[in-house]
Amino acid sequence: MIITENLTKKFAENIAVNRLTLEVKKGEVFGFLGPNGAGKTTTVRLLTCLISPTSGNAYVNGLNIKTQAHQIRQNVGILTETPGLYENLSAARNLEIFAQLYEVKDVKGQIERYLRMLGIWDQREDPAATFSKGMKQKLALARALIHEPKIVFLDEPTSALDPEAAHLVREFITELRQEGRTIFLCTHNLDEADRLCNRIALFKSQLLTTDTPANLRETLFGRKVVVHLREVTPNLVQSLQTMAEIKNIKIVDNKLVITLDNPEKTNPIVIRTLVNLGADIQFVGELRHSLEDVYMQLMNQHSST
Amino acid sequence: MNKILIIIRKEWSEVFLNRMVLMTVIFMPLLFSALPLIILFSTRNTGSADYTSDMPAQFAQICPEGLSGGECFQVYMVNQFMILFMMLPLIIPVNIAAYSIVGEKTQRSLEPLLASPITTAELLIGKNLAAVIPAVLATWVGFLIYAIGVRILTSNPLVVGALLDSMWLLAIFIAGPLMAVLSVNFSLMVSSRVNDPRVAEQLSTVVIVPLLALFFGQIAGLIFVNKTIILIMIAVLLILDAGAVYLCIQFFQRETILTRWK
Repeated sequence: MIITENLTKKFAENIAVNRLTLEVKKGEVFGFLGPNGAGKTTTVRLLTCLISPTSGNAYVNGLNIKTQAHQIRQNVGILTETPGLYENLSAARNLEIFAQLYEVKDVKGQIERYLRMLGIWDQREDPAATFSKGMKQKLALARALIHEPKIVFLDEPTSALDPEAAHLVREFITELRQEGRTIFLCTHNLDEADRLCNRIALFKSQLLTTDTPANLRETLFGRKVVVHLREVTPNLVQSLQTMAEIKNIKIVDNKLVITLDNPEKTNPIVIRTLVNLGADIQFVGELRHSLEDVYMQLMNQHSST
Repeated sequence: MNKILIIIRKEWSEVFLNRMVLMTVIFMPLLFSALPLIILFSTRNTGSADYTSDMPAQFAQICPEGLSGGECFQVYMVNQFMILFMMLPLIIPVNIAAYSIVGEKTQRSLEPLLASPITTAELLIGKNLAAVIPAVLATWVGFLIYAIGVRILTSNPLVVGALLDSMWLLAIFIAGPLMAVLSVNFSLMVSSRVNDPRVAEQLSTVVIVPLLALFFGQIAGLIFVNKTIILIMIAVLLILDAGAVYLCIQFFQRETILTRWK
């Protein structure tokens, strides 16, 4: 659905986007993560044909961003970093303007559908200026979707929202994913990316990595199992260290943190061994690194290089 | 629906919620219609008194035959105000147009608009017409009120004819809209380049200066507005309008507006 080929954007001497090459598949929620000033918004603007690339190219829904900008704009939806509503106009009027610009056939029907879906139908005649941040964001989301685009670009959709509003927006993004739309999600919120995205890209002017959150964790930290014991004794550790499947063992208080390749296969053996050695096992669980750990690790690696 | 019409309707539904703009569109034409009518009313009894010494010699010479000195003075005084009347299509759209781009930027509404399938030409034509149409209509309505007032206040058909002659009809119905187009495009150019709507409004009022110069030049007896000057003005305005529209499109750089405005 989205293909970029060495996409580059320079502002004078500053390279905002450097040779970005990636592919976003149909129906995927693709997280685009990076620090402030990394070039995420610039990338979205390039892909929505708001600005033109310095070099390289990209295709959105098979359309070339250099030569088919008008068709791309017709076919994608964008939620900009700030809602950008006409504050003095009503919610319904805000949507009506964009529905007409996108040549939506059933303007009234679509307005009702999205305002009801987002829970602001009762406020449809209220000026947008009277809305809370969360309501404004919902209205901006409705505007991005009013023409039923197959590809939606969401730039920081939950930033500056309170937890409840952010939760509602996330739920809505989940619904969009279930409808099979392709979503390009720029976010700072790593937990959000972890929960919503099929794949993520870490970006800081250039692409650092792209993969599923699970694969990134595994690549960076391996898979770890934590075994809580009543008491850790040296003979337990020595016995486990002789097992070929185990890569590393750390002792933290009364816990063993075991690094292994295939916990699904190896865990039963490990547990059986411990039980046979007389260990009192209290809990067993997988140590799951947060996406924040992955992000920090990759950003630090990038900074040091 | 035609995208230009969508933009016009959007602009109007936003702009006319602003009381200041609404007042400008309603109040200014009424004021500018009232001023010459008040003069006509207050000088209605001048009769055959000779005021020709108070008028520039050129005007006294071309004063329509059959008018008394007092009636000629009436025509002269009202003519002074007709130039002010011509300022309406310059003043009214400035507020609308100056706010047009900067207002969008300050509300951050320009990015979603530019991301929609609308061309720069459609957007600018829509914004142009949204400012020009109310200005021209308000001017014409004001002129209509003035013309009716003239008919009521003066009994001499020669005075009516002199005040509603072809020169002023050309000025109001041809030069007026052309001036509105110039004013709007100048304002759009300014508002494409500045960040603050107030700065845009103030800079945009510069376009009124040449007409003010004409007004004071005529009062001082340095220039005498006649049909030839109006025709030259129309020709110049046509050229300026073409240039202004071209420059307006050149100045409106989507990328610059989105990436450099803070």
